[in-house]
Amino acid sequence: MSQHEHGSGQAHGGHHVHVVPLSLYFGIITVLFVLTAATVITAKMDLGAYNTVVALVIAITKATLVVLYFMHVRWSKKLVWIMVGSSLVWFSILIAFTMQDYLSRGWG
Amino acid sequence: MSAQAVAAPREKVAAPEHRETYLNHDYSWKSWLFTVDHKRIGILYLLTVAFFVAIGGLFAMMIRAELLTPKGDMLEAETYNKIFTMHGAVMIFFFLIPGVPGVLGNFVLPLMIGARDVAFPKINLLSWYIFVTGGLLTLFVAATGGVDTGWTFYAPYSSTYSNTRVAETAIMVFITGFSSILTGLNFLVTVHTMRAPGMTWFRLPLFVWSAYATSLINVLATPVLAITVLLLALERIFHIGIFDPRVGGDPILFEHMFWFYSHPAVYIMILPAMGVISELVAAFSRKRIFGYSFVAFSSLAIAVLGFLVWGHHMFVSGQSAYAGLVFSVLTVLIAVPTAVKIFNWTATLYQGSVEFATPFLYVLAFFGLFLIGGVTGLFLAAMGLDIHMHDNYFVVSHFHYVMVGGMVTAFFGGLHYWWPKMFGRMYNEAAGKLAALVIFVGFNLTFFPQFIVGYMGMPRRYHAYAPEFQTLNVLSSGGAVILGAGYLLAALNLIWSLKFGKVVTERNPWGATGLEWETQTPPIPHNFEVTPRVTQEAYAYHEMYSGKEAHGVH
Amino acid sequence: MSTSTHAAPVAVPQQAGHGAPGHGHGHHPGLAHHFDDLEQQRDSAVYGMWAFLAQEVMFFGGLFIAYIVYRNLYPEAFAHASNLLNVPLGATNTAVLLASSLTMALAVRGGATGSKPTQLIMLLATIAFGLTFLVVKYFEYAEKFEHHLVPGPTFMSDPAHVSPFFTAHPEEIPHARIFFFLYFAMTGVHAAHMLVGAGLMAWIFLRAKKGEFVPEHHDALEMSGLYWHFVDIVWIFLFPMIYLLGYHFGDHHG
Repeated sequence: MSQHEHGSGQAHGGHHVHVVPLSLYFGIITVLFVLTAATVITAKMDLGAYNTVVALVIAITKATLVVLYFMHVRWSKKLVWIMVGSSLVWFSILIAFTMQDYLSRGWG
Repeated sequence: MSAQAVAAPREKVAAPEHRETYLNHDYSWKSWLFTVDHKRIGILYLLTVAFFVAIGGLFAMMIRAELLTPKGDMLEAETYNKIFTMHGAVMIFFFLIPGVPGVLGNFVLPLMIGARDVAFPKINLLSWYIFVTGGLLTLFVAATGGVDTGWTFYAPYSSTYSNTRVAETAIMVFITGFSSILTGLNFLVTVHTMRAPGMTWFRLPLFVWSAYATSLINVLATPVLAITVLLLALERIFHIGIFDPRVGGDPILFEHMFWFYSHPAVYIMILPAMGVISELVAAFSRKRIFGYSFVAFSSLAIAVLGFLVWGHHMFVSGQSAYAGLVFSVLTVLIAVPTAVKIFNWTATLYQGSVEFATPFLYVLAFFGLFLIGGVTGLFLAAMGLDIHMHDNYFVVSHFHYVMVGGMVTAFFGGLHYWWPKMFGRMYNEAAGKLAALVIFVGFNLTFFPQFIVGYMGMPRRYHAYAPEFQTLNVLSSGGAVILGAGYLLAALNLIWSLKFGKVVTERNPWGATGLEWETQTPPIPHNFEVTPRVTQEAYAYHEMYSGKEAHGVH
Repeated sequence: MSTSTHAAPVAVPQQAGHGAPGHGHGHHPGLAHHFDDLEQQRDSAVYGMWAFLAQEVMFFGGLFIAYIVYRNLYPEAFAHASNLLNVPLGATNTAVLLASSLTMALAVRGGATGSKPTQLIMLLATIAFGLTFLVVKYFEYAEKFEHHLVPGPTFMSDPAHVSPFFTAHPEEIPHARIFFFLYFAMTGVHAAHMLVGAGLMAWIFLRAKKGEFVPEHHDALEMSGLYWHFVDIVWIFLFPMIYLLGYHFGDHHG
């Protein structure tokens, strides 16, 4: 925790700007478009309860790709990962502890 | 931690003719209103917070005046409702939450870590402007109609039935929230990136740890309040019925969302105060804090656990019994990190060379009052007991013991402690001690009877009550006058010192550790002549006083 | 005196690692006074922006929890009300936003490579995509007004634009109203973020035009990019959660 705060984690000191190859960006956007089409197509099918599961899995995949590549988290310092992680953990707390009430209302 | 001062000679200057300080380097109005200096912003917060606490205190006095007699003879019920609402809202949103971080945090946090400023000085100033705007507009709304829902804005009363200006107040709370989010964000980043060389995490003063934990809550909880009050305002304007059970809305959702913020918010109020206490305990017993890392991590533990317990405000609201059980058990767990702090502070005092200066009297008051406040919190965490005590004066008293007895007491202690550093003047010690004593007596006289009268069944938020509760209420109102006089005396003493107090030019008048005591008094605009390098842990009192007479330093 | 405070101690370990020995006080014009070096400044900006985005997650989180609670309480009404939304327009907007994210990423890349033309073209494209999104959104909102699907006194009063489900189950109409309230609240708050983003991009564009963004210092461009991508991510979730709930029923009447 206490190591490199302004010490750089990268090989070449100072300004560790990561230049991502263009092909990677175009690859990611293609996947994002394909997944968007997939979410529309699967929503058209009646999968029962799985409609929601499929939609969420696709959305989470898309969001992860944007976060890791477009937002450069993949090449970011540990603290950025921690910040992304904590926002998700706290969002889960909000959902889990609110829903524990609603889902257990019928338990008498 | 005493880096430069121990090694390097202390200020040799005998008679400095003109020492540039952050206060005197520019006197213009502009230099204050557009300052990005964290120290000046701290002073701006001090002025505005003092203004709001005076307003909130005025409302409190009106409440106590009304409750002198069982009949509602002084204020109409509607007026009374508006007054206790404004008392709560002003005190919580405009004093308890920004108090310690805004004033003391802004002033000392960058100094403590050896930084020239916070990471985002302009955003820091923006926070203050948002805060002032939200506060003044809230008072404007109060003056032109007011709001009567209680500071909790419970639906469906607030969303459907109240005829007062709920939407406007909600929007003001929405605005003010961003001040607290931005301050939290600023401190968070400052602690990560602005520490001086050698200032590792485990050399940080404990005030910094607690400010860090507080900032975490600010950033992660406040936005939920923002969206909650935004939904409330939208509901007031469009009447969709999202919180109205008659058309499928659920008022309990409002309460969940509200307390998701507002329970952690009580830790926003108390954690920085605990940080102040850690500093003061070490400084006035001349000892390193017992169990430094336990105290440090207990702040984080409180911040995290604080998010898992909000449902203990809702035991009787209609949430499921299962949810109540989970929230009840988790609430009791919070006592663990809190007790760790109290035990470690008292263990620090053991065999210390304790100096009973004014700030330390506030520390002692804090111990007693916060302990009572905390333990009565455990009563309320027990679901069965809470059904009896919910919404009566027992809760009111518990809350005031923690907030006024805890946070306000620590705030005053910290203010007296850092006052000479802030202004280069020392207040009158005798008057300071007297004020602390009067506050302690007045506080207990005001709020202890409320435990009893609450336990006997007097409900909160009514302007009239059963005649048999009068004696205790008169005691409480009498105590409030004494308490008010105590605060006034302390404040006047501090104000008096600005002009007439003994001039302090030495860097470290208390003989305390901490980088804030190694810079000039009052500090220069950019804090340090030379960026300090830290070679020691915090609270290295043993090293500081070894060689000199270790005990009984005066 | 300010020069003397800037004089960092002789051998600060962190600074030894990078920069030429002369680095100390030939300050980069983009370096603020209270930072030691550009890296400390950039780290602060990155952490600050991510803390802000964590705040945004919780801000939208409040809307999402309201959505989750009511969808859980009224699953049928939500699915059928969702089916009254215009999926082709929603899908188009999703594609537009994803495209804007690509151009945004390329603009930031232009900052990292120091290519001013790339920055300018890609920022303009991002703004254009953002405005396209808002225009489409405007037409969607207008359509909902015309079809009486805005929560209010005349909600679902136009039989041509109410699905048979609600005709058969009028008691579910209040629940559909909650759905539409959340639809407007969530997409409205999102659209407000888009507006702020578009303004931000216009400002960044002007700064880029002045040639402010060079490989070693383009924090503002990069941070605005993070914000833009975040707003895109919110939409990635809003689209399936709001538009596609009842898509498989196939009785589109919106």
